[in-house]
Amino acid sequence: MEAQLNPKERLKVLDGNRAAAYGVMLCKPNVVCVYPITPQTQILESLYEFRARGLLDAEMIEPESEHSSMSTLRGASAAGARTFTATAAQGLMFMYESCINVATMRLPVVMVIVCREITAPHGVTAGEQDAMMARDMGWIQMHVESCQEILDSIIMAYKLAESPDILIPAAVCYDGYFLSHLWERVFIPSSDVVAEFLPSLEMTHLVDPGVPMTICPYLPPGGGTEYRYKHSAALERAKGKLETIDKEFERVFGRGYGGQIEEYRCKDAEIVLVTMGSCTGTARVVIDQKRDAGVKVGLIKVRMFRPFPSERLARALAGKRAIGVIDRNMCFGCNQGTLSVDLKAAMYESKTFTPVVNFIGGLCGADITMDHIDRAVDRITMVAEGHSSDGVIWFDLE
Amino acid sequence: MKKMSPSEAPWADGTKLFIIDTGEWRYQRPTTKKDKCCRCGNCYLFCPVGCIEWRSNYVAANLEYCKGCGVCASVCPVNAIRMVREDGSSTEP
Repeated sequence: MEAQLNPKERLKVLDGNRAAAYGVMLCKPNVVCVYPITPQTQILESLYEFRARGLLDAEMIEPESEHSSMSTLRGASAAGARTFTATAAQGLMFMYESCINVATMRLPVVMVIVCREITAPHGVTAGEQDAMMARDMGWIQMHVESCQEILDSIIMAYKLAESPDILIPAAVCYDGYFLSHLWERVFIPSSDVVAEFLPSLEMTHLVDPGVPMTICPYLPPGGGTEYRYKHSAALERAKGKLETIDKEFERVFGRGYGGQIEEYRCKDAEIVLVTMGSCTGTARVVIDQKRDAGVKVGLIKVRMFRPFPSERLARALAGKRAIGVIDRNMCFGCNQGTLSVDLKAAMYESKTFTPVVNFIGGLCGADITMDHIDRAVDRITMVAEGHSSDGVIWFDLE
Repeated sequence: MKKMSPSEAPWADGTKLFIIDTGEWRYQRPTTKKDKCCRCGNCYLFCPVGCIEWRSNYVAANLEYCKGCGVCASVCPVNAIRMVREDGSSTEP
């Protein structure tokens, strides 16, 4: 993980939101349309600052709501613009209709979701419920661990979304406060290198008065099935595409993130903890400590949540004795977290049966601590040894 | 795999008409008795999809678009139009 300063990079201390804004600036969007909402607002403030300083040459549109911001980008993207927006929690929920429309019209909009708990109880606290509930919108979703990964993933998200064989909007998601307000050292690549890595957008379908197009026409019943099939197939292609983009990114910038998932000390592991988002950093430290104590435990970070990396997870987890999954959300009605539900479905592909323990933590602004993860690893070990355990453990209610 | 569109998404060439044969939706069709038709044009005026066409000495629906609503039959003053089920069964009660 120790990164070296590339001579063409600058080193700055940034919080997650400002790292996101730098990432967006480097990708040179043509249209930016963001409605402010905690904990995302610094992205908007920073982008306006960049524009005032002449660093960002984008059309900045002030919408009256999140629904309007995504609707605006739908038009802009259909006209061939590279676009950006950011939101969180209630704002994302207000945006749903336009989000699904953008995805099914196959417009490569890029959005940042700064994950925030939804009400009730009232509050502007951290939690991943907002992004998890948006998993079926037909978007690509990437969840990241550090401020550096936020910046890097935004660049990768544009490249992935705009690939001519993909054309699917992408959301880069990170934990509110735990990353959005965490200050870390961040390497900022030079804009020349980014421009080479991410060429300007060439849309094949444009809103152009010279070449009239019918966009999103009425179709008779059954007529849309073909487009659902093509959309789903493109999402499947996006898995391999991210692996390729990640490798190319590593070659150019010196930092790679493993593609769809990152496997940490997994090769010889007997038990594996699966995480997503900012708690992965905490988990790394605990895994190292447990390894020092002789526990053969590994860690998998799910980086691409949609499309879900079923094949890679099934491959990496086949033959393990027990798996633990940390969820910062609830899949209501399934009595477990969403990542747990999806991971269990993915394990069907491995044709093995491995017990899975789900840990629910970090809801409504709660922290996921080293102590939580330490006890989680103990419990996974216990299950691997054949002892019985509840399938779902609530960190804060133990 | 059965496919009908060259596009990845619901996009279409705007220079061509995007036509849907709504006639496929129909469960009953209007049949015109040519010798009874008085060519008053009532059905032409009332047809909600505008699919009534003037033939040599009578008027009749274009069945590629006619949805089979039966308005033409009900406004015909000389009962020249009768609705017939697509499956051949009678529409009479």
